[in-house]
Amino acid sequence: MTIPADLKYTDTHEWARQEADGTVAVGITHHAQDLLGDLVFVEMPKLGRKVKKGEECGVVESVKAASDIYAPLSGEVVAVNSALESAPQKINEGAYDAWMFKLKLSDPQELASLLDAAAYRRLVESAAH
Amino acid sequence: MLKTPLNDEHRALGAKLVDFGGWEMPLHYGSQLEEHHMVRRDAGMFDVSHMLVIDVTGASSAPFLLRLLANSIERLERPGSALYSCMLNDDGGIIDDLIAYWLSERQYRLVVNAATADKDLRWLQTQRERLSLDVRIVPRRDLAMVAIQGPSAREKLWRARPELKPCSEPLSPFCAAQCDGWMVARTGYTGEDGFEVMLPADQALGFWRSLRAAGIGPAGLGARDTLRLEAGMNLYGQDMDETVTPLESGLAWTVDLASAREFIGRRALESRKPRAQLIGLICMDRGVLRSAQRVVTEHGEGRVTSGGFSPTLNVSIALARVPVAVRPGQTVQVEARDRLLRARTVKCPFVRHGKPLVELPVA
Repeated sequence: MTIPADLKYTDTHEWARQEADGTVAVGITHHAQDLLGDLVFVEMPKLGRKVKKGEECGVVESVKAASDIYAPLSGEVVAVNSALESAPQKINEGAYDAWMFKLKLSDPQELASLLDAAAYRRLVESAAH
Repeated sequence: MLKTPLNDEHRALGAKLVDFGGWEMPLHYGSQLEEHHMVRRDAGMFDVSHMLVIDVTGASSAPFLLRLLANSIERLERPGSALYSCMLNDDGGIIDDLIAYWLSERQYRLVVNAATADKDLRWLQTQRERLSLDVRIVPRRDLAMVAIQGPSAREKLWRARPELKPCSEPLSPFCAAQCDGWMVARTGYTGEDGFEVMLPADQALGFWRSLRAAGIGPAGLGARDTLRLEAGMNLYGQDMDETVTPLESGLAWTVDLASAREFIGRRALESRKPRAQLIGLICMDRGVLRSAQRVVTEHGEGRVTSGGFSPTLNVSIALARVPVAVRPGQTVQVEARDRLLRARTVKCPFVRHGKPLVELPVA
């Protein structure tokens, strides 16, 4: 199971990565894409949308099921990876390369509330038993 | 959980295994989409040993099946022919759908669904006693079954097992032949050409491996479901069950009402007007139709019975039970989570022999 050490995670299986420009990139974890199976549709939040931590802001649909995407942190959507709309399988191919959107945080303190890699691994492993 | 003779092999091939009607079966071996395309474009194989083969033999086997099945075995022209039929209860509800093969005089073979197998056997035995007919009902758990499907299925099967070619090459669709203790049938559940092979369980692994060596890849239940949905074929328990009749399930073509034959359920079918129909849906919006979603039409409400993404068409498709007044070509709305998706009603199938048969929404 791939869980990069330099990312932060949510218990709803999103990952968050601090970018050099101060924004935070968001995607779904390897574990999440593995559970969902082949992805066929991705719906991402609109550019400029202001989201609150934990708010529903997108959907990924696989051949098997649909799953909501939740904002891991509060902020404004400042970039959307529109390449995923026509190629959602990129998330299956590399969940941590396929960022879905980027947030400009309204409260950078929230970052501390996310799970680190070790905590996320424990979460996934406990769910598996 | 029940296991087929190929269970260890599925594990060795890296299958994701799931519970399917009490059987531990492969959902996929890595990518359901790739397995789907492999079957449409080349050839794939499915372990379908969880389905039950039931032999019905004896002097009264034909009168017994004439009473039990909604489709008429009198349509079978010669031994080796097969037909698709529903088995109905007294109310016309569907106990199961099955394929009936005429093997030889006084000998028939039924292939029924895994999840309904015990119920089917009980029903057959009850009816035999009720009718006091001289019939033997023999469940064949000693047999395994492998389906080989796709445009290259025939050629690749013969590459793997040249000895099967002489007896299986002359077979027309929906016919079967006995080849040295194996039964090879030109049937399937994907809308592609191919075979279903019934063989002694202890020979299944060797057969499976020889098929792999001939370039046939394994495909799981996931691909089987998207393939059959594209082919417009019903899945028991999802698109039909004991609460609906074949006439309400797009299966009027399998019900023999032309002859005077008294089959179980006939009276109910004749006295009860269909309350709904099964129709195809193509999603016009981005999103995936899923089973149980509400369908809103100008003639009333319906439900999606099977929905999913069609890898061949690259849009979402579904089967839905809707009011009988709904016609192909109409636009309906499907309640998907918190939004409404537009869908167009179509006649099934969606795909046949790899070719789309329906008009797709403009991107």
